[in-house]
Amino acid sequence: MRFSNIMRGRHGRVAGVAAAFAVSAIVLAGCSAPAGDTGASGEANYNIVVMPKSLGNKYFGASDAGAKSAIEGFGGTYSEAGSNEAAPTSQSPFIQTAIQNGAGAIILAANDPQAVCADLESAQAAGIKVVTFDSDTNCRDAFINQATVDGVAQGLVDLAIAKFPTEPAQLAIESGGPNATNLNAWVDAIKSKIAEQAPNIEIVDVVYGNDVDADAYNAAKGVITAHPDLDGIIAPDSVSVKEAAHYLSDTPELQGKIWLTGLGLPSELRDYVKAGVFDQFGLWDVGALGQLAAYTAKALIDGEITGAEGDTFSTPIGDYTVGKGGEIVLGPLFVFDAKNVDDFDF
Amino acid sequence: MTIETTYLRHDRPLWRRLLLRPEAILIAAILLIVVLSILGIPNYLRPNPGYTISTLLLNAAPILILLLPLTLIIATGEIDISVGSTLGLSSASFGLMFASGIPLPLAAILSVLIGGMVGAFNGFLVTVVGLPSLAVTIGTLALVRGIAVGMLGTTSVTSFPSDLTSFVRSTVPGTPVPWLIVVFAALAIVFGVLLHFTAFGRGVFAIGLSTETATFSGVNVGRTKFVLFVLSGLTAALVGVMFTLQYSNAIGSNGSGFELRAITAIVLGGVSIWGGTGTLLGAVVGGLFIATVNKSLQILGIGDDAIYVITGSALIISVVVGSIASVISTRRRATTSTA
Repeated sequence: MRFSNIMRGRHGRVAGVAAAFAVSAIVLAGCSAPAGDTGASGEANYNIVVMPKSLGNKYFGASDAGAKSAIEGFGGTYSEAGSNEAAPTSQSPFIQTAIQNGAGAIILAANDPQAVCADLESAQAAGIKVVTFDSDTNCRDAFINQATVDGVAQGLVDLAIAKFPTEPAQLAIESGGPNATNLNAWVDAIKSKIAEQAPNIEIVDVVYGNDVDADAYNAAKGVITAHPDLDGIIAPDSVSVKEAAHYLSDTPELQGKIWLTGLGLPSELRDYVKAGVFDQFGLWDVGALGQLAAYTAKALIDGEITGAEGDTFSTPIGDYTVGKGGEIVLGPLFVFDAKNVDDFDF
Repeated sequence: MTIETTYLRHDRPLWRRLLLRPEAILIAAILLIVVLSILGIPNYLRPNPGYTISTLLLNAAPILILLLPLTLIIATGEIDISVGSTLGLSSASFGLMFASGIPLPLAAILSVLIGGMVGAFNGFLVTVVGLPSLAVTIGTLALVRGIAVGMLGTTSVTSFPSDLTSFVRSTVPGTPVPWLIVVFAALAIVFGVLLHFTAFGRGVFAIGLSTETATFSGVNVGRTKFVLFVLSGLTAALVGVMFTLQYSNAIGSNGSGFELRAITAIVLGGVSIWGGTGTLLGAVVGGLFIATVNKSLQILGIGDDAIYVITGSALIISVVVGSIASVISTRRRATTSTA
């Protein structure tokens, strides 16, 4: 008898306090909410929502910052919405919210190519333009491709040719894993471009770091030991290039003898290039990726492009043409060195 | 219902007793949130009120269905935290079978049965082997998710007929109520009758209050729990099939974390995590309450992180206040009886 009274009283309070808390949270949030600018009809609606794969990720922090500066530059309203978890369906409620808030465009790095489609289609039916970047979906107006296979390979090969213009050189490739589709495509493209454009350079080996720091470190050590005449390493994988640099920095006698380049993150490679362990590495400029997505959204809103192949538009960061399947390529590989590496924080 | 009713204090009029129940307080809170949102959030009813209602219900439907059998399990004092993983396994199996040419209805039925097998496995370990359900279902949570993700890897099956996927997302003609909510309502009636109006349901509460007493009163404790785990597995797998069609996407990671969302709704709805008390209506209203809060916060542009903080804090604060209140009321009772 007594027990059940306690239980009953407690449960009533549980619900009551929870309810009061939630209500007050909504009231407080409501007070600070923006006045719901839904884009007056007749004027272009530059209310643009950016949805990264997940919040709290430096890479998307940099792309969102790029999008923000571009959107504010052309007088639009920027907002960022997203989940902490990159689950396939976690972006759905945020797309619904963009529809309810009357967004002009959604810029999305999709967690899943299909799961968001039903909501994205509702958004498109409501007149919202959809631009994807980083990860494409099956339903959008345009996709910003940060780099083509050709662009990545050519960028790295250009760095190799600049270092070894004429004299014979032996290079090795250190990649992530033998089964990584995108990495294999880059490795194959690097090999064929070297064969075509630099007959003086010989690719003597391809080794794999397996996406694991220790393995990548040993792979770099192993390939340098196995090929005494090796002149350099191309590492089109962020773990491999970081660990190859780590090995070189642990082995000062190799510095200046083994040349290194690859695809990596400025935040991970900053210390090595500034210490002179190696000179240059490539990646796309993630901020510019966000900017281009924003300018593409504006061009779609303005009706300057529809996302059809051959559409062209001008932006403050260059002129772009829509390619096959609504893809817009950001540009050639961006090269980082000791001078510019501090300008990037992803 | 009888066990609850026997223990209810009869020194207050019926309307006051009903008004003080957690269900009533939560329903009032939901209505209050909706009214405040309509008045205070400019875009709450845009582009039309039907869109707000249908998306709110559609997003909530998977959790609402999952929590039905889980409420019964919690009422016995047990728990099943493998439901999200079972959902994922069902989604991956359904996709894999459909992609390999098995007719869709057969693939759906087989996937639901696979969920029933996961439930039977949980039930076997809990009732026959006698292991604690928390440990068992933590194990199956990881095991089943591992199998689910392993089945499809990072790929997903998306080639479901678009007529069917758009039907699963559609609403009953002329209303903003999604068909998934109709499925939910039908199941809620079944589970509600089972829990509150049958001998089986009385057994569920009796087990939650005291396993020994229940056994002496003739309740088959093992069989009751086993049946509930199987029902939980079957239901989670059914949600897996519907969720797959809802998002036109079969992938092993579907439904991750859903077990905690369902348990949060159940506890918020006044069902004791120790078993023995609570109603299915309370659990459902708890789920609707969270969905309503989420909708309002999302339209205000408040991100998931803040939403988690608010739901989590609401639960913790309410449980802490609840415990303090029960301690005070125990003391007061003790003082009055000695005086």
